[in-house]
Amino acid sequence: MSPTGTPNPAPEPEAHPAPAHTAPPARALPGHGESHRHVLVAIVLNKPGVLNRVASLMRARNFNIETLAVSHTDQPEVSRMTITLRGDDVAVEQAAKQLYRLIDVLKVQDVTSDPTVEHEIALIKVRADERNRGEVLTIAEMYKSRVVDLAAESLIVEATGTEAEVDALIALLRGFGIKELVRSGTVVMSRGAGSIEEATKR
Amino acid sequence: MGTKEDDSGRSRTATTAAAATNAPGAGEVGAAPTDRRERINHMPGAGSARAEAISAGRREMLSDATRNQIRSLAERGVKRPRIGADAVCESLLRQGVNVWFGYPGGVVLPLYDVLGDYPELRHILVRHEQGGAHAAEGYARATGKVGVCLGTSGPGATNLVTGIGDAMLDSVPIVAITGNVVGSLLGKDAFQEIDITGITLACTKHNYLVRDANDIPRVFAEAFHIARTGRPGPVHIDMTKDALMGVCTAEHPETLDLPGFKPTLDGNVRQIKLAAQEIARAERPVILAGHGILIADATEELRELAEKAQIPVAHTLLGVSAMDETHPLSLGFVGMHGWKHVNKTIQSADLLIALGMRFDDRVTGHVPTFAPYARIIHVDIDPAEIGKNVAVEIPIVGDVKRVLTALLPYVHEVAPERRAAYLREIAEWRAESEKTPWHGSGAWRNGQLSADFVVSRIGEATDHDATLVADVGQNQMWTARYGGFRRPNSHISSGGLGTMGFGLPAAMGAAVGRPDKETWAIVGDGGLQMTVQELMTLVQEHIPLRIALLNNHKLGMVRQWQELVYAGNYHSSHLLGPDWRKLAEAYGVAAFRADAPEQVDSTIAAARAVDGPALIEFCIAEQQNVFPMMPAGKGLSDLLEEQFEEPKQ
Repeated sequence: MSPTGTPNPAPEPEAHPAPAHTAPPARALPGHGESHRHVLVAIVLNKPGVLNRVASLMRARNFNIETLAVSHTDQPEVSRMTITLRGDDVAVEQAAKQLYRLIDVLKVQDVTSDPTVEHEIALIKVRADERNRGEVLTIAEMYKSRVVDLAAESLIVEATGTEAEVDALIALLRGFGIKELVRSGTVVMSRGAGSIEEATKR
Repeated sequence: MGTKEDDSGRSRTATTAAAATNAPGAGEVGAAPTDRRERINHMPGAGSARAEAISAGRREMLSDATRNQIRSLAERGVKRPRIGADAVCESLLRQGVNVWFGYPGGVVLPLYDVLGDYPELRHILVRHEQGGAHAAEGYARATGKVGVCLGTSGPGATNLVTGIGDAMLDSVPIVAITGNVVGSLLGKDAFQEIDITGITLACTKHNYLVRDANDIPRVFAEAFHIARTGRPGPVHIDMTKDALMGVCTAEHPETLDLPGFKPTLDGNVRQIKLAAQEIARAERPVILAGHGILIADATEELRELAEKAQIPVAHTLLGVSAMDETHPLSLGFVGMHGWKHVNKTIQSADLLIALGMRFDDRVTGHVPTFAPYARIIHVDIDPAEIGKNVAVEIPIVGDVKRVLTALLPYVHEVAPERRAAYLREIAEWRAESEKTPWHGSGAWRNGQLSADFVVSRIGEATDHDATLVADVGQNQMWTARYGGFRRPNSHISSGGLGTMGFGLPAAMGAAVGRPDKETWAIVGDGGLQMTVQELMTLVQEHIPLRIALLNNHKLGMVRQWQELVYAGNYHSSHLLGPDWRKLAEAYGVAAFRADAPEQVDSTIAAARAVDGPALIEFCIAEQQNVFPMMPAGKGLSDLLEEQFEEPKQ
């Protein structure tokens, strides 16, 4: 366990505390640092109500989930959640620790700074007719996405990639008029032979 | 709720036993069975060869495990299949439960129907489920065992929630059991149906919805394990009526499979060595002892650490009684209404050793100004508490008893002389802080009875060995400050949730759990009116609880805040109460009253002499406040003392 927050400097061996009448340094409040996006992977037991427990805990502890993707794993009794949320490092560490308090949670890992493959899928229904269909198709192709449905006045683009890539594609397609949009939320896996699930294998 | 029970457990047992002696060979063909239980298990043509064959066939259908269990039921003189309700009772007995607090109702009647077969389970019929939950908490905190309470579905279950939440915030091991409607009606808004597991999700350590009788043995074994292991807490088990009534063939598990629940018990050795180095360097160290010391039974280790390194010990509200207050290194109670000298010591400390506590806002006040010169060692069994409220330098996750045992050999012995100046300074602050205008005099202004005097006299009269259970508000702070606690777990208080109405039922549970110790509830007139109906339980169960009612006809702490923070706008803090002596006597509780300091000792003695419950109404000064007080949003150095000064704009 690493110390959390900003530690006070170690006192010099001979140092005495400053007298009480001089203004002391303010103690740092945990969780008030710079906020950025974090990706947590939670390995949980595949039991009824687990999703509710996780969602309820995050709400009660005042964490704002941006995306949450849940599915089975190769072990039928185990599910995997990918949670993205914003917060400073201490706050997200606190979120992970709170998740660990749930009896059905086996493992939580913050993979934000790990080498990972991170993907989500989006279906984007774009307004497109014979006049501008070609333009839409070109954009879709440039983003390695594909068209999965084509109608006279619209088409559906299926895009996969990182959140940022999908965001960029959506921004470009917005000019044509987006009729409908659905995103799966991020799923993530660490690169290399290591496995987050390994420790939970039974 | 709702349905009336027609028969008490004890008389049921008697009839069952009688039936059992008559049963073998007693079956006259066609004779109408008279005993109810015999009627339930009645086989048409009982005693005939055909009936015997049918019974044998039924037995064949059941597994060995069930046959074993039926034998155990048979040993009880009961002839019927083992159902979910039996599995509940067996589970409780296997977990060492011998008393529980409950209230029957429609869907839990299958359980009450078999209770008579388990006379070793003492069921205490409370008068409100909230009282049952608090009683289970009081029982758990006085004994260290898991407390058990029960309610029916719907309102019975929601009434338990306050007590469950209280246990969550104070880390009290209880198992709360509720019934629910039959599985096929779940989610259909059936009569007395509520999604109680959805409600308790947010205020339990874990909860279960059981729909199959065969899950009951496993779920109960897990629930008790989770409730008492690691950081204790409440576990709620909701069971459908059909689970309670269904035949149960499952055996009780010998091992548990909880892959997601593995509390860290031993502290990291590297961190422990770092902690010892910090302690060796510190010139002004303070120990902050919390509830964890009491839960982990680490009071001896705490004292050893304090003595070895000559470190004064402050305690949180729930840490009161973690150290004998007469010990020279015991400082007293810290925080919002803690002793001024304790708060000053913390504000001047260079090292805080926080043991089994969680830096609650009532302890720290405004965090940026909390203990500004101190580095912090934080020992807690719950990793989520480390760095939650205050950033710490040396975190140690583990059971505080094990961590202290591991730490002690690394701690250098400190000669008292090295701390002489430090401890002398604290002693000077202490002499000043204890010199309040009324402390110990017995009378507040105009000779009115002073609450702190009453509390200190109760402590004296009971030789500081009684369990004192506070309610919430001024009475709670007076109890913590002036009770004079020497024995571990002799102080019980609702710290985290601050539940008014906690005092009487929790004290009832504590008295039931520790019949060898005298138990007092110290309550205010507001809190007592919230759960006063448990007086009847005390009488019915002959529980010798003593109740000290500090009556100021006020919601005292609300009034205090209104006086000090809301410019004397006393809205809704004046409280009518009943004629307490008449009320107590109507319940059959012996009642006494003291209006003046000289009556205090004699009424305490009179109440202690009563065989059974007794209540004393102490008519205390109505305007008396608890000082010092740390205003909300301020720090430990910003204490209000007796005179409040308007903050300068």
